[in-house]
Amino acid sequence: MSDTHDGAMLEVRDLTKNFVKRLDLAAKMAVKLGSNLKEEVVHAVDGVNFQIAPGEVVGLVGESGCGKSTIGRMIAGILPPTSGDVVYKGKAVAGMDASDAKATALAIQMIFQDPFASLNPRMRVQDIIGEAPVLHGVVDAKDAADYVAEVMLRVGLDPEYRRRYPHQFSGGQRQRIGIARALAVKPDFLVCDEAIAALDVSIQAQVINLFMDLREDLDLTYLFISHDLSVVEHISDRVVIMYLGRVVEVATTDDIFETANHPYTLALLNEVPRLDMRGFDYQPVAGEIPSPLDPPPGCHFHPRCPHATARCREERPVLREVAPGRLSACHLNDA
Amino acid sequence: MSEKPTLAVENLETHFFTKAGVAKAVDGVSFSINPGEIMGLVGESGSGKSVTGFSVIGLVDPPGKVVGGRVLYRGENLLDLDEERMRSLRGNRIAMIFQDPMMTLNPVLRIDTQMIETVQAHEPNVSDANARARARDVLGQVGIPSPDERLKAYPHQFSGGMRQRVAIAIALINKPDLIIADEPTTALDVTIQGQILYEAQKLCRETGTAMIWITHDLAVVAGLADKICVMYAGRLAEQGALDDVLDHPVHPYTVGLLGSVPGHNTRGKPLYQIPGMTPSLLKVPPGCAFKDRCPRADHACEELPPITEPVPGRQIRCFHPHLDGEAVA
Repeated sequence: MSDTHDGAMLEVRDLTKNFVKRLDLAAKMAVKLGSNLKEEVVHAVDGVNFQIAPGEVVGLVGESGCGKSTIGRMIAGILPPTSGDVVYKGKAVAGMDASDAKATALAIQMIFQDPFASLNPRMRVQDIIGEAPVLHGVVDAKDAADYVAEVMLRVGLDPEYRRRYPHQFSGGQRQRIGIARALAVKPDFLVCDEAIAALDVSIQAQVINLFMDLREDLDLTYLFISHDLSVVEHISDRVVIMYLGRVVEVATTDDIFETANHPYTLALLNEVPRLDMRGFDYQPVAGEIPSPLDPPPGCHFHPRCPHATARCREERPVLREVAPGRLSACHLNDA
Repeated sequence: MSEKPTLAVENLETHFFTKAGVAKAVDGVSFSINPGEIMGLVGESGSGKSVTGFSVIGLVDPPGKVVGGRVLYRGENLLDLDEERMRSLRGNRIAMIFQDPMMTLNPVLRIDTQMIETVQAHEPNVSDANARARARDVLGQVGIPSPDERLKAYPHQFSGGMRQRVAIAIALINKPDLIIADEPTTALDVTIQGQILYEAQKLCRETGTAMIWITHDLAVVAGLADKICVMYAGRLAEQGALDDVLDHPVHPYTVGLLGSVPGHNTRGKPLYQIPGMTPSLLKVPPGCAFKDRCPRADHACEELPPITEPVPGRQIRCFHPHLDGEAVA
């Protein structure tokens, strides 16, 4: 698959992450005595592939437990993958030498959902923003103050406030501090993990506009992780839809929102409340999201899918190209 | 509809007396709801929308206090009732659903215990068997599969969406006339939210229960409600019939709020943004609370605008509404 996208800035290949709950001492002893306790394995991310071209904004959408944040964390280098590769500018991150790996770690930055939890409450804003660029030699220590002021202005914060602590700011401003911190090391790829989910509507619009301005000004590429389809539709060029650790559909934003292919994407689109849907008769998808501890066999969506057949219950559908530029993992496309 | 409203709130004022000053969380809010109607009560954090809900059901804790106005439930002013009479209405005729279902559920009691208790608290003569049958029926109504078995489960054995359904079932069990739902789907996933909205809509239509749906999400209200009430800094900004308000908002705050919702028509364009941020309730500016963020504000806005009805069926607090059919941002 990678041959057709040689220009990809970032690619994930068969990326997999399992979280294993190891047996504790008591459980191990119980096993020795003949109990059939087993280690519990959560397949948080299960063989995911996609590419992101330079300058592109890709929306990664799914419900809780689908593994979207785990993918973001693996790309940002916070979590090591169980198997598979994160490939940045043609090189697998895992196989890089030390200096390349460090440059990549700086080039890919992450913005978190909760601006309350992701900023150190004991550090002043100037240190939160200025610490990393000085440490990594992006600026000299003597120029740090000017540099911090410049970055703060760029994200719409008044540099007068540089000596304040995070708690002295509102939620929206705190999110701007988080963005400034990420931008301070001059990244070219940003992973935004639900970066606006915690903000009020009017503040959300301000931060979305900031993201789009930064993209223009700094030539940034985004992976925009969100459960909010209207935000994703507004901001993304392409959309990746995930369900229970697997990618179910990848297509351009127009294709996804106009002619979605996968039954899960359709269900999701049907259910998203929109301003133009009045007196709407909700026709909900039945059933719960299964636990990733014990996912259903075959296609993960089959217990909730109105079109499921015997094959869906047994065979895992492969993510393949069903139309130019559109990938979908559904057996119905073979019929 | 000529029938008597289930609930009429008139000029409600709830203030919080804190060390740092008096926070006017609800400051002169009025609305009414008819049987079977769903009203969306919309606002950003700190707008007083939840406190309005708590005031109606009489659950405002100190330092908060309802200091003015009337809450008329079928003509009876709830603010004049003693605690005993209020308790006989609460959970019986008027029920509340919280954002976190564990506010409703007791983690150490089985679901059946809690539901039977809810019935017998208001109708002591109902036998255990009858109460259990009612519990089973409402669990089925809110879409819980195999309700007979699930009655014997503890709250932690349910998923988040299922727990919220149980909380809704408990709110419904005494067939209330009014349900106050405070952001009940905010913590849920989209497909689960869809299921809950579907149940809520169906119940109001079928049983004639009136509902106040408190939320920050205009899109949820668009699909669900019959009328909408937008609050800003403790005060009413705009209210009216749902389609009218969403299609032709007249208050600059509503206009800005609707313009800042991303979606299908906004791709590639910058979103309209309301400058600044919501004021702290301790430091609400004098006059119109929105004037510092409002593109239309002038010296007249130094005074608090009264509630007016510039269009039939629409109440607003603004001196400079968008009335002449001009393009909305």
